[in-house]
Amino acid sequence: MSATAKPLANTRSGTGIPTARLITWWVIASEIVIFGGLLASYVMHRIGHPEWADAASHTNTWAGAFNTFVLLTSSLCAVLAHKAADAHDGPRAAKLLRLTSLGGLIFLCVKGFEWTADIHEGFVLSSGGFWSFYYTLAGLHGLHVLAGMIIMLIVAADAAKNQELQRVECIGLYWHFVDIVWIFLFPLLYIAR
Amino acid sequence: MSTYMEHAEPGVLKKYLWSTDHKVIAMQYLFTGMAMALLGGFFAYGFRMQLGFPDHSVPGLGLITPGKYNALVTMHGSIMIFWVAMPVLIAAFGNFLIPLMVGCDDMAFPRINRLSYQIFLLSVLVLLASFFVKGGPFGGAWTAYPPLSASGAYNLTPAGAVMWLLAVALEFVAFLLGGINFTVTAMNSRAPGMKMYDIPILVWMIVLANVIFMASVGPLIAGAIMLLFDQTMATGFYDPTRGGDPLLWQHLFWFFGHPEVYVVLLPAMGIVAEIIAVFARKKIFGYKTVLYTAWAVGFLSFVVWAHHQFVAGIDPRMANIFSITTLLISIPIAEMVFLYIATLYGGSIHLDTPMLWALGFVVEFLIGGVTGIFLGSSGTDIYLHDTYFLIAHFHYTFVPIAIIATFAGITFWYPKMFGRMLNETLGKIHFWGTIIPFNVIFIPLFITGIAGDQRRVYNYALFAEQSRPELQHLRTVSTIALLFMLAFQLVFLFNFFWSFRHGREAGANPWRSATLEWTVPSPPPHGNFAEMPTVYRGPYEYGLPGHAEDFVPQNVPDSALAGEVKA
Repeated sequence: MSATAKPLANTRSGTGIPTARLITWWVIASEIVIFGGLLASYVMHRIGHPEWADAASHTNTWAGAFNTFVLLTSSLCAVLAHKAADAHDGPRAAKLLRLTSLGGLIFLCVKGFEWTADIHEGFVLSSGGFWSFYYTLAGLHGLHVLAGMIIMLIVAADAAKNQELQRVECIGLYWHFVDIVWIFLFPLLYIAR
Repeated sequence: MSTYMEHAEPGVLKKYLWSTDHKVIAMQYLFTGMAMALLGGFFAYGFRMQLGFPDHSVPGLGLITPGKYNALVTMHGSIMIFWVAMPVLIAAFGNFLIPLMVGCDDMAFPRINRLSYQIFLLSVLVLLASFFVKGGPFGGAWTAYPPLSASGAYNLTPAGAVMWLLAVALEFVAFLLGGINFTVTAMNSRAPGMKMYDIPILVWMIVLANVIFMASVGPLIAGAIMLLFDQTMATGFYDPTRGGDPLLWQHLFWFFGHPEVYVVLLPAMGIVAEIIAVFARKKIFGYKTVLYTAWAVGFLSFVVWAHHQFVAGIDPRMANIFSITTLLISIPIAEMVFLYIATLYGGSIHLDTPMLWALGFVVEFLIGGVTGIFLGSSGTDIYLHDTYFLIAHFHYTFVPIAIIATFAGITFWYPKMFGRMLNETLGKIHFWGTIIPFNVIFIPLFITGIAGDQRRVYNYALFAEQSRPELQHLRTVSTIALLFMLAFQLVFLFNFFWSFRHGREAGANPWRSATLEWTVPSPPPHGNFAEMPTVYRGPYEYGLPGHAEDFVPQNVPDSALAGEVKA
């Protein structure tokens, strides 16, 4: 059996939704409840602890805003990659996916500078309730960015050869999800006072 | 034939550890789960011996010290739920049956399926490794409430606690991967003609269970990350002195933990439905109503979790609301049981071993359900909480689910899995040898619980307010019954392995069943169906008058029947 041989089960579509897209939505659904649980825990604690606003005022809102911009722009590239894949232009889709993961890389670099500054100021994971949630939430999100980048590069390598183009849309969906999680994190961690 | 089905015979290692075939993965889950069940049973033996015969050395385990007792109960609970019920009921039966029952050649994503088992195996290895670290395995109870679980200074098993948490997290990842795969397969990969209401109930139940699992486990994964940081990185998520809240864990844990009961219950209900239809030779009474009740259960299971926290200091007004939702959820479950009983009514009942187990499930689970009412009502729960009444109650739900329904499933599908029949006489000896001791174990515990015996006490004589020597004979009876129940499992193991070679040849359809898995040879070949089936009818067409056989398989078109009617 070659690695690309697929079972019949993979190629059927009882719901009319392609199997790859269907599983991507289920994966995203399962991720929503993970972030949902963590965010709900944070919001409940935050409401119960008005004094956390002091800690939150130390976060670098401008860096967060720049990262929001970077991530949203990279999502645009993911949409364009999907469009290219729909037009069966694998090499262009691959180029755009690589550009998208470059956005992820910039995001992580900014995050790295931010965290370095925070740690130099003495704010670490165990510095108090707000900081624990800050690092845990952003860290979990950062891991998702990293995972998305890696998967995207793998998908791009196939797409460049015009193979498995349906995956371009799926990794795009995932990337938008990671993007939307950040849209929740940014105001809750940086802006809320 | 698709290219997927043409394959060279792989080597042994590749076949059994690296296979993407859903049937091989099902066997991996089944045998791992059975091995873990033996371990979980052994641990129950350890702490029950201590309770039945306090401070006597236990053969095989030595003297049960308080620390060892804590580790034994924690591991028994964790293993039976996470490493027995889940892998056997959902992963083993789901893997084996979903592609066969919906009429396709494999799971939609075979390599994700393989990854699911490999991560599960890793979680088993992490858990087993924790038995050998300093301090021993985790001893903070399977519910892992902080601050006990968060601080090694309290639970005295700092390394074991971290490894337990990692093992549970890995197990969740494995079942998320597996469950999403099952759901997608059932949604997309069905045989042509199999409409929504032609899907066998078991497939529905496993898919619903996976959706419930997926929707409820996320917050606990988040909670587990926080607990891991509390344990290892000095955060204070659950530490009230540092702005945290230990009740948060209870909410996150039970938001998963209560739906989890239904995650394992629904597949058990599905197995029982399949068996009852076959052995009563009747269509399931109210197929759609079974599904509606299952959906209602799934929905309600998300709004009952705080009934585990009535004594944790939650607002009494909130306790009222959760009492009401808890009592409400018994309505759809009762309805489902009524439908099964209605299926039996007027049926042509054959009491083969699988049917005995299925009926045993219905009877014993009823006792579990009825005693749950007392615990769901906040008033009575405040008295009964954390007593042996609770222990007996949830064992009357979990044993029917994880043990009785599993045996029902194994005895029913064994011919399909291995191509041979199990021995009926041994099967019946094993059935009665399990059911009778099971009741003798737990009925006395209802009584000691009502009398006030608290759970998680390793020796009642050492605690003045707990010492009730007049109850000791009941505790001892329970322990002795457990010894009988464990001993009778040897009959099953012998039957299971002996029948591999010496059982009667099963043929494709020994139970004269109508679902698709029985239309292929036993055991099914790689790729399952020589010719991919088309489905023409529902899964439970039994007891039909005027036909050569009293059932019609799902893949038989009406045109093929026209000639034989009124023969």
